[in-house]
Amino acid sequence: MSFAEQLAQYDSAAVHLNINSKTVADVERALAKDKLDLDDFQALISPAAEGYLEQMAQRSMRLTQQRFGKTQQFYIPLYLSNMCSNVCDYCGFSMGNKIRRVTLDMVELDSELDAIKQLGFDHILLVTGESERKVGMEYFRQVLPKIKARFSHVSMEVQPLDEADYAELISLGLDAVMVYQETYNRRRYAEVHPKGKKRDFDYRLATPERLGDAGIRKMGIGALIGLDEWRSDCFYVAAHLQYLERKYWKSKFSISFPRLRPCEGGFQPKSVMSDKQLVQLICAYRLFNPDVELSLSTRESEHFRNHAIPLGITSMSAFSSTQPGGYADTSEKALEQFEISDERRPEVVADAVKQAGYQVVWKDWDRVLG
Amino acid sequence: MLKIADKSFTSRLFTGTGKFATPELMSQSIQASGSQLVTMAMKRVDAQDQQDDILAPLIKAGVNLLPNTSGARNAEEAIFAANLAREALGTNWLKLEIHPDPKYLMPDPIETLAAAEKLVEQGFVVLPYVHADPVLCKRLEDAGCAAVMPLGAPIGTNKGLRSRDFLEIIIEQANVPVVVDAGIGAPSDAALAMELGADAVLVNTAMAVAKDPVAMAKAFAQAVEAGRSAYLAGLGAELRHAEASSPLTAFLDTL
Repeated sequence: MSFAEQLAQYDSAAVHLNINSKTVADVERALAKDKLDLDDFQALISPAAEGYLEQMAQRSMRLTQQRFGKTQQFYIPLYLSNMCSNVCDYCGFSMGNKIRRVTLDMVELDSELDAIKQLGFDHILLVTGESERKVGMEYFRQVLPKIKARFSHVSMEVQPLDEADYAELISLGLDAVMVYQETYNRRRYAEVHPKGKKRDFDYRLATPERLGDAGIRKMGIGALIGLDEWRSDCFYVAAHLQYLERKYWKSKFSISFPRLRPCEGGFQPKSVMSDKQLVQLICAYRLFNPDVELSLSTRESEHFRNHAIPLGITSMSAFSSTQPGGYADTSEKALEQFEISDERRPEVVADAVKQAGYQVVWKDWDRVLG
Repeated sequence: MLKIADKSFTSRLFTGTGKFATPELMSQSIQASGSQLVTMAMKRVDAQDQQDDILAPLIKAGVNLLPNTSGARNAEEAIFAANLAREALGTNWLKLEIHPDPKYLMPDPIETLAAAEKLVEQGFVVLPYVHADPVLCKRLEDAGCAAVMPLGAPIGTNKGLRSRDFLEIIIEQANVPVVVDAGIGAPSDAALAMELGADAVLVNTAMAVAKDPVAMAKAFAQAVEAGRSAYLAGLGAELRHAEASSPLTAFLDTL
């Protein structure tokens, strides 16, 4: 069964109702178990679990330390291009937005890589808009070997590709792919993606399966929190994770939970997640799955990120620039995908991690491992 | 004294380098443990960097390095990583670990045996991390491995010697040192492994994640020593129940 078929079996109204009608007894039952199922996960993200936050956090910390140690993996996003042929109501790169469109050429790429190396990073995440024609396989074939020659671990967050394309990129050194469904609610998905190839909900939804079939080492999934009702969307992410883990037992998984932030276009989130609820979600993911990597970006504030370090997070970006060319040339600010909240330099974030009793891991992969 | 290949060890406690909160805590814990053989993941270290936060303190402490192939999914990748380790660190010692499953890090017996055969041929001192599988351990011994490292429980779980029955068979049959690796969660687990006759244990998570890793490292050192002494002293047999009378054979006395 594909995940699309599994998703079709859920009645979205029932899922929403189930989560919101969980009781304190459901939460306690979930907390008493060693291995949690999807029903327990629903209890932990429900309003009924809000009174159990400290207990959840303590357990999340213990599980995370046992599995990942007292460490935080550092990575940095590299925006290669902001060209995009999609209209997505919530995104700064949306086709209709009047921003200067840039794709790094090989000379600009080199200066970005130099600037990033200077910052100390060894794990890099390549990000583009979705412009098949201008920033497609031909471009990736060109840039990937150059980047892989200088970084131990290379991830990508670009438009969904075909299985054969993924297989080729893996052979060129690609280690991981992040592909976020944004929302698992088909109707809402259609509303916020009025134009472009991204409109194809099913092609995007099946991307992790194509990645697994292509033999990717690691894949990242997630929902854009706020696009739809967050509890349901995050439940589907957990269900998706469980499906993928069972099917692709050789791959690693990571989850991100970006909260919608203001950007050009003035999109208003449908549901707003509080800091408290984000902590609840992080802990719930950890209790549900002790092995999944949980990643926190610079969308979140310095204050939140400092306190989130022991809660279950395993990897963090730092000093991110969301505009192509933004590391080598820091003057221009007009091309961003979204506003960064935590603008601290990497060594400052590293200090905060150390203060929290954790070690920053800059390198945890090696080119010889294929 | 424990001898593996060309090296002798006074400490039977081996340690790892992962999961510590700081490089300082790592080196202090290793020192407190008295360990003379320390494993580190090649993927985690920058072998070109003399100041690497894991390598530099170990080299300074003068412990023997046991690079491992963590992250390798098959024999081919493990052999690559092994050769990188030998070139970069100047040691032919290798902890061979191959786990295609990144969730539970279960070792792949088929790839491990294939890699061990090749690596022994290439002159490595191979210590393979494996399931507590007695037949596999014999096959690895036949292939020329310098020791075997069967697991006590899934790695990082601190669950103790869940594989005890199989460890006992492995220890009974082995002609190479048996190092119980993975799953040892408390000093009492380490002591038990030594009482059963293991030649050494490898402990990482239980130290690194303890509230006080340095004190825990000391506790493990004491436990390993106590367990070894008890093994040498010869433990009394455990009786299942007290036997005050002999209901089946007492009739013999009345005859």
